[in-house]
Amino acid sequence: MPLLEMLGVRKAFGSHDVLRGLDLSVNEHQVVCLIGPSGCGKSTLLRCINGLEGIQDGEIRLAGDRVSGPGVDIDRLRRNVGIVFQSFNLFPHMSVLENVTLAPICVLKQPRAEAEARAMALLKRIGLEAKARDYPDRLSGGQQQRVAIVRALAMDPKVMLLDEITSALDPELVSDVLDIVRDLARQGMTLMLATHEMGFAREVASKVCFLFEGRVHEEGPPDKMFGDPEEERTRGFLKRIIEAGRL
Amino acid sequence: MTLASEQTQLDWGAPSQPKASGGLAWGALAAVVAILGVATLVLFNLRGLLAREVLSSSAADAAMVAVLAACTLLVWPASRAIAASFRVQPNLAAGDLVAARIAAASSREWSFITLGYGAAALLVLGGIAFFTANDGQVSKTFFDAKLIRDFTPLVAKAFMVNVLIFMCAEVLVLIWGLLVAIARLIPGEAGRPVRFLATVYCDIFRGFPVIITVYLVGFGIPLAGLPFLGDLPLPCYAIFALTLVYGAYVAEVYRSGIDSVHWSQMAAARSLGLSHLQALRHVIVPQAIRRIIPPLLNDFIGLQKDTALVQVIGVLDSFNQSRIIASNHFNLSAVTIVGLLFVLITIPQARLVDRLVEHDQRRMRAGG
Ligand SMILES: Nc1ncnc2c1ncn2[C@@H]1O[C@H](COP(=O)(O)OP(=O)(O)OP(=O)(O)O)[C@@H](O)[C@H]1O
Ligand SMILES: [Mg+2]
Repeated sequence: MPLLEMLGVRKAFGSHDVLRGLDLSVNEHQVVCLIGPSGCGKSTLLRCINGLEGIQDGEIRLAGDRVSGPGVDIDRLRRNVGIVFQSFNLFPHMSVLENVTLAPICVLKQPRAEAEARAMALLKRIGLEAKARDYPDRLSGGQQQRVAIVRALAMDPKVMLLDEITSALDPELVSDVLDIVRDLARQGMTLMLATHEMGFAREVASKVCFLFEGRVHEEGPPDKMFGDPEEERTRGFLKRIIEAGRL
Repeated sequence: MTLASEQTQLDWGAPSQPKASGGLAWGALAAVVAILGVATLVLFNLRGLLAREVLSSSAADAAMVAVLAACTLLVWPASRAIAASFRVQPNLAAGDLVAARIAAASSREWSFITLGYGAAALLVLGGIAFFTANDGQVSKTFFDAKLIRDFTPLVAKAFMVNVLIFMCAEVLVLIWGLLVAIARLIPGEAGRPVRFLATVYCDIFRGFPVIITVYLVGFGIPLAGLPFLGDLPLPCYAIFALTLVYGAYVAEVYRSGIDSVHWSQMAAARSLGLSHLQALRHVIVPQAIRRIIPPLLNDFIGLQKDTALVQVIGVLDSFNQSRIIASNHFNLSAVTIVGLLFVLITIPQARLVDRLVEHDQRRMRAGG
């Protein structure tokens, strides 16, 4: 049974159909990369899975349980599904440590000492334990994004959704962030990521999905998708990416 | 290609000549002479008045000499303006156009400095003339030293009523305004009626003149003969009326503060599993508060001043007390005291607002 399943998901903003009956499944420990042209709905899909946007039709299932539509315990869903945004969205009025411990203390009711010990252990893993007492505006973009990832990890999610987490970063800061994602993948975390880093997608993905016209237009293992895609549209997209020097 | 060739053909014209400066400089000097004349007249008048009131003192004389000396100082920038304007022609004759332009510019600048300070001096002198006019009646009407000395304690005591009213009202406004703001931000269809009521309330009381609200509440509620509510002490009605009006303003302040926190902060908090209220409490409101404090303090300063309006329903506050004194002595000095007391409590708050705004701007520049 797939851990995460989307069945005929439809999402429109007003009259603008973004997702038009999208089907996609993610198995446990899989790393699924979403690629596709700008505006094709990658961010929207991730936000729908996390319940930040409602969907109009179809359903989303987590471990077999329906998590879209009315009557869903959305806070419980979000405890299991972490999301990291392109723009970090750290809380500027809290120190790094407070950012990481807020949800464990507030939502999981962990004792502060325990939450802080776990947070420090996580920060140590990304080499930022020295910054624990600093405020986010003292950190570089790459450091902020690593903290944002740790903040989501502190909730022990079963799935992590990463929405173009490196596209707001200067090129020399990207690799630090990607290293963490690579680590997560190696440790068996189930990941779903929207990305324009095709080289990275090719390296870590177990499955690559090309989104087009509100559906998964083509999916497959990375070597197949980047080496020899079946569909005309996929080829066209990759050709433009290669021309832009990003693969 | 065409662009570049056009640029080389661009006609710069003849080099610019120095601006005229001589007339302005002499005009500035003339203005200084006129100001000195006015100053002498005004101060002479003041000295005579003080002598008649048996108030002359060496300190007053010294102050007058100082004012005159300050006016005389204006001769210095005026003379520099004239000196600089004399350097223009020789430089032109020597063919040094740049030096001539610099001299002219410097002359004009000194002229404008003279005129600027001169205008300020004239305003001060005008003020002195106004208060010494009609044989000093004006100054005595507003600033009778003896009355001020005698009645400041009484007025200050009555001012405590104003302080009590605004302190109670401020506490209530903080709570009431927050409730209204939250009511206006309740999401969803279920919240629509409450949102609507809160909006109507804000619209009405932001438009209602404070004095009319105070009047209606202060006379209306006792008149309606309600049990308990009908016979409260007068200041309670004043506090209630001010809370109604300022609750509407402050609700808006809260709301704009909460709105000013970017929605992505809410999304980030919610995505971590925090409930709507938890997100408000831990993430949104703490960020909003910093931005709210300066406009909140401004509204409070307005509220404090508006406590002077409660005299329309007969509360014996400082304004009412001072009016009694004023009509007994045919002199407004006691009322002046009230105004000064309000200024006295406002200044520290105004400075605090300035510092908070400045601090906030520095943070934004530093943090982005
Ligand atoms: N809140 C919204 N209201 C209206 N339209 C929206 C909203 N959010 C997204 N859209 C629209 O939905 C479409 C998909 O947007 P989305 O952000 O999911 O694209 P994306 O694939 O993530 O693109 P990118 O690669 O540029 O990030 C876009 O056309 C966008 O204009
Ligand atoms: Mg996107």
